[in-house]
Amino acid sequence: MRETRREVLPGVYLTCLQTDKFKTDILSVNLLTRLTRETAAQNALIPSVLRRGTVRWPDMDALAARLDGLYGARIEPTVRKKGEIQCVGFWADFVDDAWLPGGESLLEPVAELLGQLLLEPNTRGGLLLPQYVESEQQKLLEDIRARVNDKISYSRYRMTELMCPGEDYAVDVLGDEEQAESINYVALTRHYRALLASSPAEIFYCGSAEPARVERAVKEALATLPRGELDMDIGTDIRMNTVEEQPRVFTEELDVTQGKLAIGYRLGEVMEQPDMAALQVMNAVFGGYVSSKLFMNVREKLSLCYFASSGLDVMKGVMAVISGIEVSDYDKALAEIQRQLQAVKDGDITDEELNAAKLGLINDLLSAADSAGGLESFWLGQNLLGLEYGPEEMAALVEDVTKEDAVRAARTIQCDAVYFLRGTEEDAEDEEN
Amino acid sequence: MKRTDYPAVGETLYTAALSNGLPIFVVPKKGYRKCFAAFVTHYGGADRCFVLEGAEKDTPAGVAHYLEHKMFDMPEGNVLMRMEATGANANAFTSEAVTAYYFTCTQRFEEDLRLLLRFVSTPYFTQESVDKERGIISQEIRMYEDDPDDQVYMNLMRLLFAHNPLRDDVAGSVQSIQDITPQVLYDCHRMFYCPSNMALCVVGDVDPEAVERIAAEVLPAEKSPVPGRDYGPAESLEPVEKRCERRMEVSAPIFLAGLKLGAEPTGPEGQRERLIGSLALRCLYGKSSPAYLRLYDEGLLNATFSAGADYAAGEGFVVFGGESRDPDAVAKALLEAAADVGKNGFDPDLFQRQKKAVYGGRIRALGDFRGLGVAIAEGAFAGYQPLDGFQVLETITCDDASAWVRDHLVPERAALSVVLPREARG
Repeated sequence: MRETRREVLPGVYLTCLQTDKFKTDILSVNLLTRLTRETAAQNALIPSVLRRGTVRWPDMDALAARLDGLYGARIEPTVRKKGEIQCVGFWADFVDDAWLPGGESLLEPVAELLGQLLLEPNTRGGLLLPQYVESEQQKLLEDIRARVNDKISYSRYRMTELMCPGEDYAVDVLGDEEQAESINYVALTRHYRALLASSPAEIFYCGSAEPARVERAVKEALATLPRGELDMDIGTDIRMNTVEEQPRVFTEELDVTQGKLAIGYRLGEVMEQPDMAALQVMNAVFGGYVSSKLFMNVREKLSLCYFASSGLDVMKGVMAVISGIEVSDYDKALAEIQRQLQAVKDGDITDEELNAAKLGLINDLLSAADSAGGLESFWLGQNLLGLEYGPEEMAALVEDVTKEDAVRAARTIQCDAVYFLRGTEEDAEDEEN
Repeated sequence: MKRTDYPAVGETLYTAALSNGLPIFVVPKKGYRKCFAAFVTHYGGADRCFVLEGAEKDTPAGVAHYLEHKMFDMPEGNVLMRMEATGANANAFTSEAVTAYYFTCTQRFEEDLRLLLRFVSTPYFTQESVDKERGIISQEIRMYEDDPDDQVYMNLMRLLFAHNPLRDDVAGSVQSIQDITPQVLYDCHRMFYCPSNMALCVVGDVDPEAVERIAAEVLPAEKSPVPGRDYGPAESLEPVEKRCERRMEVSAPIFLAGLKLGAEPTGPEGQRERLIGSLALRCLYGKSSPAYLRLYDEGLLNATFSAGADYAAGEGFVVFGGESRDPDAVAKALLEAAADVGKNGFDPDLFQRQKKAVYGGRIRALGDFRGLGVAIAEGAFAGYQPLDGFQVLETITCDDASAWVRDHLVPERAALSVVLPREARG
């Protein structure tokens, strides 16, 4: 696999992985912008509105017919939150040249269509079509309101929001309902033009095409991308200490049978010079896998839950634990989770635990290198962190992490917020009756 | 091993059958670090009634899933931890029709394969460990009870089927799992985990002969009979009831409509039948179908919508659904779209480009090791080879797809399950 990275337009970087391993190629274009409460919903809406129609393919019927004709190539809106950066754009995958029946080639037509979607929307009088904006605005509102449907991700989202008041990180990737409601097509068009002109961008390709050919296709597709004054002031503020001395506790009620416990932590001063591999190993020992302390104790030993796991955001320097428990087990589960974290901090880690954690991470990293989608996501993260190594090299770094490194990575972790989602009192009474 | 090449799509398949009746499938993937292996039994949540030593057994809902949880216990401890200690990522799932144990790894493949084969063929259950698991599985069931997608699906099954075990959740209920004992688990393991009722599928850069050799070494050599199962008398093609609704903590109504297809099609003819169905459903209800795009544009559907056919427990059925502010209007419009195709047939241009898109989708699916491995196992149980699908697809015509819609998607066979938001408290 050959990896290249070049600035193809001002502030626009193309990462190319040339390989004939995959039968499906990936091409993604991500505009990078600051995640803020004021703009998140607008940014999230833009690719969906653009996906409704272009000058050449004016509606979804025309686009669908075009994409089906390209052997079911997919070009879909993508909106991702990476720390306090919102990445918006399009994500395409399509059959690699080698496996097309008639010796056809899809890179150029897919890149062209992606460029048209981004830069040549169906407009009237220079404005995005109001019916497209309103229709997609409704769907965005539906998506925002639907957050509550999945109680696990909802608990994580609410915990993050409550833990980080005043930080951009509190903002959900889709923005909030109030902002989404206030959008209108005139303001959105203005915002769209500004976003295009001011955003740096990350483009990623993985497939069999030569980098020079990819660069040509991309440059041609994005030839009319306006380049104004670029907002290079994007990044993530890392808060080292907790908001209050003691963890803040939040309880909310919904009509549910199972309680969801979400706990937020700040990684603390270790984020001044973060050792990425050690942080990952620390998290894996604590709650990343089924051999981890959380699973082994909260689930296997105490039978308190079906799932209990921890996850890191190394860009923001935070860690989250999520578990689904009986409401009455709240104290027991919380105490056990905190006890297991203390064990990691105290270096109470066996060689087996450390090895299983490292091997699990290495397996994940090498597996990511075996899928075009895995590579896309990995490299977007690396590029935003300014890191230049690939998954294989990251795996080698993980291999070298010692128990002391992992303990050091846990040293300054502090619990900042405990969120508990429980059933309504009313329902609890119903059950008793 | 027998080698079959699929040069048009760049795949090769190695197959063998051991003397104990176990079919083995290996799809080598040159240049990949990742290896996937699945050891799958043709035994799922719906296989509740069977004959054991002349006696009819009726097991409680949730046994196959409970057994899946407990299979990881070995006399020397939990094997999941042991596999993770080799760097493998191991897991399992239970569906209505199968239970699959699988791992992906990037090193020490043969060691992991041995472990997989050994733990799945070694039943070891104690009263204590079976009792302890009840708390964990109860929490899993509780999680499903709060999941509107799961609830809307189960309610649909109860509308469609009069007595087929598809009516019960694969995991059972907190109530039904109370009666599960070590003896029940041993009985079910003996019946359904014999190699002749299973399949081993491997996808990755491995030596196929080594896979066969290891399986022959680890597994018993004798062949046990494949158990017969009883799903009760044949279901009619009409649902028990047409509509149900319940209220949950959701932001907008969620719906799932279903239609009964009749007996599950098997063998190569069955494969063709299934492919016709999936192509027809893509033309009719896919994300690029005229019906979906119209309802999307009208704001009645969003991207949560999906449609597909499923086959299990001797039955076939179509489901389609998602979020909508007016589920009844959407279900009606979608059934009308089917009636229209039944009358006039699909537009041949639409059909041709959807066929191209299906080809692209199937090429994409070849990169999904787990999906491919599990599909091959499920195909083995239903008597066909999924990789033959590329060739079968070529033979399917627009008339085939139109006829499938005309013959199957009729309103008398349909039912609609809806989950509505809670009414505002006040």
